[in-house]
Amino acid sequence: MTVMSYLGAIGAAQREAMETDPRVIIMGEDVEANVYGTMGGGKSRADKGDFLQLFGASRIRNTPISEEIMVGAAAGAAMTGLRPIVDLSYSSFLYMAMDQFVNQVAKNRYMFGGQASLPVVFRSAMFFGLNTGAHHSDRPYPMFMNVPGLKIMVPATPSDAKGLLRTAVDMDDPVLSFEACILWGLKEEVDEQEYRIPFGVARTHREGTDVTIVGISTGVHAALQAAQKLEAEGISAAVIDPRTLVPLDSETILRSVARTGRLVIVDPAHTTCSAAAEISAIVAEQAFDCLKAPIMRVTTPDTQIPFSPAIEKQLYPDAAKTIAAVRKTMDARARAA
Amino acid sequence: MTRPNDLLIEMQTRMLRIRKFDERASKMVKRGEIPGTVHTSIGQEAQVVGACMALAEGDYMTGNHRSHGHPIGKGAALGPLMAELTGKATGVCGGKGGSMHLADFKVGSLGESGIVGSSIPIATGAALSSKVLGTGRVALAFFGDGAANQGCLYEAMNLASVWGLPIVFLCENNQYALSTPAHTVTAGVIAERAPGFAMPGIRVEDGQDVLKVHDAVKTAVDRARAGKGPSLVEVVTYRFNEHSEGLRLGTDYRNPAEKEAWMKRDPVKLFRAYLTDNGITDSAALDALEAEVTAEVEAAVQFAADSDYPDSSVAFKHLYTEPFGANL
Repeated sequence: MTVMSYLGAIGAAQREAMETDPRVIIMGEDVEANVYGTMGGGKSRADKGDFLQLFGASRIRNTPISEEIMVGAAAGAAMTGLRPIVDLSYSSFLYMAMDQFVNQVAKNRYMFGGQASLPVVFRSAMFFGLNTGAHHSDRPYPMFMNVPGLKIMVPATPSDAKGLLRTAVDMDDPVLSFEACILWGLKEEVDEQEYRIPFGVARTHREGTDVTIVGISTGVHAALQAAQKLEAEGISAAVIDPRTLVPLDSETILRSVARTGRLVIVDPAHTTCSAAAEISAIVAEQAFDCLKAPIMRVTTPDTQIPFSPAIEKQLYPDAAKTIAAVRKTMDARARAA
Repeated sequence: MTRPNDLLIEMQTRMLRIRKFDERASKMVKRGEIPGTVHTSIGQEAQVVGACMALAEGDYMTGNHRSHGHPIGKGAALGPLMAELTGKATGVCGGKGGSMHLADFKVGSLGESGIVGSSIPIATGAALSSKVLGTGRVALAFFGDGAANQGCLYEAMNLASVWGLPIVFLCENNQYALSTPAHTVTAGVIAERAPGFAMPGIRVEDGQDVLKVHDAVKTAVDRARAGKGPSLVEVVTYRFNEHSEGLRLGTDYRNPAEKEAWMKRDPVKLFRAYLTDNGITDSAALDALEAEVTAEVEAAVQFAADSDYPDSSVAFKHLYTEPFGANL
């Protein structure tokens, strides 16, 4: 085990994948210069392994700022024998390539009756909470959950990021990875050996008997902080991170809700049609009888993200909002009783 | 360029296959035997076959909504294509693609596209694979004059040029994007956009002549295979039918004199005359060939008719590699 940051863990997974399989290539804006620190040590710390030196210019490819061709060419390359990892920098840049994502990446295997496989990973960072304004602060994974054919990972910890990314690269389906920038510096003991975390298997961070808190991306950390504080009040909260939204491990969530009877979902996406909305619908449909209180969503309100530090942070889910939501579900029981 | 006689005969065979297949498909749409509609390549056979036959067997191509000609030109079997048009389980895509989304990976056909221009990046990616893996394969992206105004084409041309990818961008300029004359929405000459991306641009003015198309595309393919990068080839041609079968527009957007002049330049007839005039073959042999192709198309129609519709469970297959869910 060794201590790795979230970014370092992504870099480690990319290096493993590049070393293991010559069909893996990395393409994206500024990947040669290692601007985001996921490409090994970079030129300045080549002793840590600079990807360009290690793997060469044929496999580490700087692209023009042309998202549509980056995404489409990666899809075409994946259909013909490569296994590209595309670094799209910011998540809001994905919109530039919406046609390729929705009409080609997601549909080609299906539309062509299984003739195509698309082993390709699209990584992007969500820069919310960092005063980057409306164009860089999006958390757009729910839009892509509405596109059958894509798989979606939202790692919340370094160890999950490394293990999920390895699985993603090995998988024959297209994967979108949404990585929250505020987690970049988060450190954790991570296995430096190869390991893979399966898609569709949630991670239960804590067991609990009073309430189930499902956290997504940064929401996992808000949930964990909330659970710790609630414990002091005598409220036992389970914290579950689905880790992948497609496929979604609804079984683990349903099992926990069956035990607790209460569900709070912490999701930094906008409320309407968020991952939280979908999870809440699944639980309402399949475990209504278990519920002792209405399901609560702790999400970002349906407004755009303002620049001013004075007004941005209030919008996102945090531990305090999560605790407030949990208390509401506990009060609901009190009212009912 | 000298070409062996059997190659010339094969060109005529494939043009006839497209003509007969599309004539039949057109009738079937009108009789309700094909659901939805189709976009025929009738009139554009020389442009399609001249390009497809400039490619080698393992080469890749992508196409567009005017979709049947491309896989036929690349050598796909007709039965599974016709079964796909009728939505049958034996269709080349198992009945899930339909006319606009044909793909036959066996012949390097990576997919037609119902979104104008959308498959150009896919072909560019196939060229990237070829370059990184060193397979020596060339990719060709078919797109129309309408797609020539899509941004993704220029993103693709730029990337292919800076990376030196083995690809041919083939513009099938049939002069109308549905009802809109290309010159009213397109600045300048499409082929002349190529030098801006540091690649050759070739314009084939007579796209009804299969040999002229073949010459131009072969030059571009050879260049790509030699590692010299991409080219843009614009082929001027004309579709003889309406944009899609069954479409009835209240407006006659094509000048009757223009239409008549182009209809006289039927690529199948022109090449037939070339083959007999140059003593490559004779009329009797060509009549026999035509009868043979007609029978081949009828057999494809019969194959489609005899095939079953897909099981309802197929609607849920092939979205992902199976099984889907945990432990993938």
